[in-house]
Amino acid sequence: MDVLGILIPVSLFLGLVGLGIFFWMLKRGQFDDPEGDAHRILREDYDDHPKS
Amino acid sequence: MTATFEHARPAACPACVGAPAAEHLADLPKQARVMLSLPGIHCAACISGVERTLMAVPGVMDARVNLTLRRAAVEAGADITAEDLSAVLARAGYEAHELDPGVLAMTEADRQGRDLMMRLAVAFFAMMNVMLLSVAVWSGADGVTRDMMHWISAAIAIPAVIFCGRPFYASAWGALRGGRLNMDVPISLAIGLAVGTSLYETIHSGHHAYFDAAIMLCFFLLAGRYLDHRTRASARSAAQELAALEVPRATRLTDAGEAVVSVADLAPGDIVRVKPGGRIPVDGVVTAGTSELDRALMTGESLPVYAGPGHAVSAGEVNLTGPLTVEVRAAGRDTALHRIADLVAVAEAGRNNYTSLADQAAKLYAPGVHILSFLAAVGWYLYTQDLRIALNIAAAVLIITCPCALGLAVPAVTTAASGRLFRKGLLIKDGTALERLAEADTVVFDKTGTLTTGTPEAVDLSVIPRAHAPVALALAAASSHPLAEALARGLRDRGVTPAAVADITEKAGYGVEGIWQGQAVRLGRAGWTGAKDSPETATYLRVGDTAPLAIAFTDTLREGAAELVASLRAQGKRVMMISGDSRTAVDRFAARIGIDEAVAEALPEQKVAAVQAIAEAGGKVLMVGDGLNDTAALAAAHVSISPASALDAARSASDMVLMGRSLSPVADAITTAGSAGRRIRENFTIATVYNVLAVPLAVVGLCSPLIAALAMSASSLTVSLNAIRLK
Repeated sequence: MDVLGILIPVSLFLGLVGLGIFFWMLKRGQFDDPEGDAHRILREDYDDHPKS
Repeated sequence: MTATFEHARPAACPACVGAPAAEHLADLPKQARVMLSLPGIHCAACISGVERTLMAVPGVMDARVNLTLRRAAVEAGADITAEDLSAVLARAGYEAHELDPGVLAMTEADRQGRDLMMRLAVAFFAMMNVMLLSVAVWSGADGVTRDMMHWISAAIAIPAVIFCGRPFYASAWGALRGGRLNMDVPISLAIGLAVGTSLYETIHSGHHAYFDAAIMLCFFLLAGRYLDHRTRASARSAAQELAALEVPRATRLTDAGEAVVSVADLAPGDIVRVKPGGRIPVDGVVTAGTSELDRALMTGESLPVYAGPGHAVSAGEVNLTGPLTVEVRAAGRDTALHRIADLVAVAEAGRNNYTSLADQAAKLYAPGVHILSFLAAVGWYLYTQDLRIALNIAAAVLIITCPCALGLAVPAVTTAASGRLFRKGLLIKDGTALERLAEADTVVFDKTGTLTTGTPEAVDLSVIPRAHAPVALALAAASSHPLAEALARGLRDRGVTPAAVADITEKAGYGVEGIWQGQAVRLGRAGWTGAKDSPETATYLRVGDTAPLAIAFTDTLREGAAELVASLRAQGKRVMMISGDSRTAVDRFAARIGIDEAVAEALPEQKVAAVQAIAEAGGKVLMVGDGLNDTAALAAAHVSISPASALDAARSASDMVLMGRSLSPVADAITTAGSAGRRIRENFTIATVYNVLAVPLAVVGLCSPLIAALAMSASSLTVSLNAIRLK
């Protein structure tokens, strides 16, 4: 049972990291156009010279 | 349609240059952000095409398409206007409408959505972790271990519940302060009581803690809220932000010269000048100049009417061909335009307060739940004399009856339905619009601009002799009159090239004349070309001394209109047309499209009266219209739809807006509304069945946290899955 003392904090920490990343993505507007982003990866416009 | 009025913008008007006041008004920020609505785009090729087309326009710095919202945001210099960009896109084959870059309003809606999303994410994180710990308890953790699990759960769940539940607490508090009960009151009470008793149990190392149930309740309800918000926010903002067409400015003529002033500053007796293409800002009388007026949006008349000195004009009409000088008789609140606005206000007040299905459910549900859990608590207290057990039972009853499924039942279905309709080009502005649409049994159409596109087309161009067609094109191309434009378009499509006609001049209100091979040529009104006037819509061409030739025109049917009328009739709905246009035009059109009941020459008041009469006879009216004269009827109808080309006022009075040109999504909307209504009722049934099964368990005290968690997630999932089935 002692292992719980390590596992629970570790799992909580990892969960919090995931939550933090999600907030960051939300703020960066990565969920603003899910449908468009799904299509965008299919086009070849910037394959050779990326936009930025 | 929209293009007709757009030259009224001061920045694009060359005549304003030189007038210092106008220059000041046109002084826009250096970098304008233009938003365009693109109802037709749907794939990667469209994104690339639109972005490349826009970027190729000189002065455009950046263009980005949002496919989810069917929009493009353009960073451009101040000299680039939205109508330039729409025109460029139209040439490239993409339909585009201007959106008012009410950036503030949009970010506001966005901020709310992100806020909900944030809370949803926190609830999800907390729910997963607490659930993990609870599984340990359910599988038999005992003694100190169980207490530790409970304490860690409490440490995660309590802050999370306080943060995530804020939208519910705020709404419940608002309702209680107003002396009402809404769905959020039992929700807040259930969350509060569950967390409170669980904390008490944890402190006294009890067996059952409901932290997982409390946070799960938050998660499912927030999911419902978020879906609801997303559907409505995107539709509402797009519908409201379609650019305002009215320009609240006028050019006033005084002894000192011309000055651009606000319409609010005009007084009766002032003289204003209205340029061709401009909208008349006031009610008044023409003192100088001749022209033709487009009254389609005001009265529904499809043809321009002649205006010369002495003719009365009213606010909202569009001046087509020549400059007019108008003496103001009434401005601002006294104009015909405003009387219509007042009519709308009256009609809206008279509209029955529709109670949505969700509200009906909440009205039954909220008091029922409270009474039930209160009775359970009282019963257990009398039976055991133990307040702790009694409160635990009350919390369990509130949690098990939690309206998770009810909270998802409506939003999940409306999200699925409006998503489908949005992809077809129909925006739903009002949450209850689909429910009301499903009930509609009578459909009332406006004619001009709704069933027709509002632009005429020539019946048969082959009546023009081959030798004269280039002359007709040269003359027609010189005018911005709708009939001339239609003629020019039709002739160009047939491959005609304009002849060399010298001295082309437009005589405003009459037509165009010039000299061709030494002969005088004229294109215009019957009287002016020496022809006999006929009731038909026509323009006349006279070459030299030959007999004038009549070129007849007819209304262009809007795409999908005939199919829509046919399918509505096949569904057994009563289809009517109420138009402000002349008897002959309406009758001929009704016969063409297959509508039996047609009312002609209707004033705005008569349109409202007709709609209300049907409603009083027990009918539920779906009104489809675009003009200012339809606005009051749109507001009075049970449910209403207007096309994107409609006036601002009409769009804001209606429940749904058609983004594309075609009318066919209306038929889809009715079918979808019907099946959405069925799904919502099914979802309510599922939620009720689950409550009927689970409540007795909770009341007799057999409801463990495991059962609560299972029942809650099972019911929410069934309801969501049922919503996805929507066809």
